Amino acid sequence: MTRLTFVVRRLLLTIPVLWVMTLFVFMILRLIPGDPVRTMLGFRATPENVAVARHQLGLDEPLWRQYVGWLGGLLHGDLGNDLISHAPLSELMSQRLPVTLELTVLSMLLAIVIGVTLGAWAAVGSRRVRSLTDGAVVLGVSIPDFWLGIMLVLLFAATLGWLPPSGYVPFSDDPAGNLRYMVLPVATLAGAEAAYILRTTRGAMESVLQRPSMTYLRAKGIGPFRMVAGHGLRNAAPTVVTVIGIQFGVLLGGAIVVETLFGLPGVGRLIVTSINQRNYPAVQAGVLAVATLFVLVSLAVDLVVAWLDPRVADGVGT
Amino acid sequence: MTRTTGPALALDDLRVSFPSAQGPVSAVDGVSLELRPDEILGLVGESGCGKSTLANAAMGLLPESAEVSGAVRLGDRDLTILAERDLRRIRGDEIAMVFQDPSTSLDPVWTVGDQVAETIRAHRDVSRREAKARALKLMREVGIPSAEQRYGEPPHRMSGGMKQRIVIAAALANDPAVLIADEPTTALDVTIQAQILQLLDGLRQRRGTAVLLITHDLGVVAQVCDRVAVMYAGQLVEVATTEQIFSHPAHPYTEALLRAVPGTGEPGAELTVIPGQVPDLAAPPVGCRFAPRCPFATEECSIRPPLEGDEAHGAVACWHPRSRDREVTAR
Ligand SMILES: Nc1ncnc2c1ncn2[C@@H]1O[C@H](COP(=O)(O)OP(=O)(O)O)[C@@H](O)[C@H]1O
Ligand SMILES: [Mg+2]
Repeated sequence: MTRLTFVVRRLLLTIPVLWVMTLFVFMILRLIPGDPVRTMLGFRATPENVAVARHQLGLDEPLWRQYVGWLGGLLHGDLGNDLISHAPLSELMSQRLPVTLELTVLSMLLAIVIGVTLGAWAAVGSRRVRSLTDGAVVLGVSIPDFWLGIMLVLLFAATLGWLPPSGYVPFSDDPAGNLRYMVLPVATLAGAEAAYILRTTRGAMESVLQRPSMTYLRAKGIGPFRMVAGHGLRNAAPTVVTVIGIQFGVLLGGAIVVETLFGLPGVGRLIVTSINQRNYPAVQAGVLAVATLFVLVSLAVDLVVAWLDPRVADGVGT
Repeated sequence: MTRTTGPALALDDLRVSFPSAQGPVSAVDGVSLELRPDEILGLVGESGCGKSTLANAAMGLLPESAEVSGAVRLGDRDLTILAERDLRRIRGDEIAMVFQDPSTSLDPVWTVGDQVAETIRAHRDVSRREAKARALKLMREVGIPSAEQRYGEPPHRMSGGMKQRIVIAAALANDPAVLIADEPTTALDVTIQAQILQLLDGLRQRRGTAVLLITHDLGVVAQVCDRVAVMYAGQLVEVATTEQIFSHPAHPYTEALLRAVPGTGEPGAELTVIPGQVPDLAAPPVGCRFAPRCPFATEECSIRPPLEGDEAHGAVACWHPRSRDREVTAR
């Protein structure tokens, strides 16, 4: 199989994955016990009121028709309307999604830079470097997001007053202000990620650097920098990228906590507030956005891994 | 340069030991050996007798824990006392090495061509394009068909024989004076083995590279080697021309080794196995290390016999050499 057929196959495979995902998102909300309309309208709503509301929302139609209608809307970029503000959800998403994207992408980039650098360093470093990074990994993976976030706020916002404790301005309005608001949430979210990436990079590098091919490189007179960067990291990269992809899902989950903690108007916070308000269409749209993001990141990761390791596209064991 | 005058590579009383729970393992014990320019010198011995250790010591590739003494002379330098930085400049340039399994030698995510070009650029100040052109030329020289297309392919798309050709091309990229090949055909099919040996022989003839060919297979020796050094338990027991070794082995171990190979003894001769066991290198026998297994051993053998002889008959380290006596009585 050539790389091109691999890419085409992987792209085609994404379509059913996305479709199954819409089914899940749609069904989960219908399977939640209780009637959303009754919850929404409260105790005193008359059966007539409820019936009218159900009809307005299309909830009196058979499930499959509701699904087809919703899916048809999705294909045209129509996510339905917010139950409370009645505004189109697609508009709401176009405001919320960039916030979540900025938060998660910046966090991931920071985590990659720290994790890969320290991981590679630990793989070739002295015993002291190794025990230092060991400690950092244990701290990073065991400190919960919300606790780290609170500590950072206490230190940098409450005590030192260097950074705002919460809030948000769009990047387009005030780039510097936007970044000031982003520093603490990004640091909070990146902490654990960096630890995971460090651990993965270090493990992958250590196993690569023990391979006989490294002795062959030494026999060719290749210097230590090229051996570590050109061959060690290069061989560890597919493993590291795969883990980064999986961790991106974890990061999206963490974004819900961090957005709530720092008052960032992202998709994560939208999901939390909408659940509290029984605003099911908004929950549905939010979950769909996050899930789609994860599917697309997984796709990108698979393509990058196949590009990094020619054996993947050929279906040869590594 | 030194090529036409002295030996291409000379080992002088080389000793290597590895620390172990049972005390130091003496893997190479006082080996002196000269590799002449233009020749293919076979180094044979059973598995575990220290062949790879000797090769790695010559290349300066032993782990830090290894204790090395003696000298490895390349030209007028002793490689055992060079710093890693200086060694790096020599390895892949003046002395190169090919390992047993090309699948584990090559980097699986680099293209094969880049792995050849890499050796050139590590030692020569040439542009990427120039390195690629030279690498392509080398790939053609080692017999890779449609080298241009193969250049950009990863190793896993190639057969074992083709991969070993790539490894050899990379080793020879800077025209080294010495090539050490450690069991270069052991991981390959028999038919491919012969092709790789022919390739090495042809390259030696065209480029004048001295080759130290390490093998446990006397068949390989018979095919291409000019001279043979026989190793037993970390010591050299006999060094002679290939013809001498096969027709008049002088050391009892060499003789036993030949008898153990099917098809090399007299027709109908049985495959004999050398009785006894290879000694524990952490506590080797004093004197001749083969003595405990040797049918001709006497008290004398507890003193280590020196490796002595002449150009015509070769050298043997034995108090009771075999064929040479026979030949003398026959004369
Ligand atoms: N890195 C090492 N550490 C400890 N012992 C070693 C090491 N390399 C080789 N040895 C020991 O040295 C002896 C010779 O091994 P080797 O040189 O690989 O033999 P050969 O190549 O002839 O099969 C063996 O007893 C082996 O166990
Ligand atoms: Mg060996």
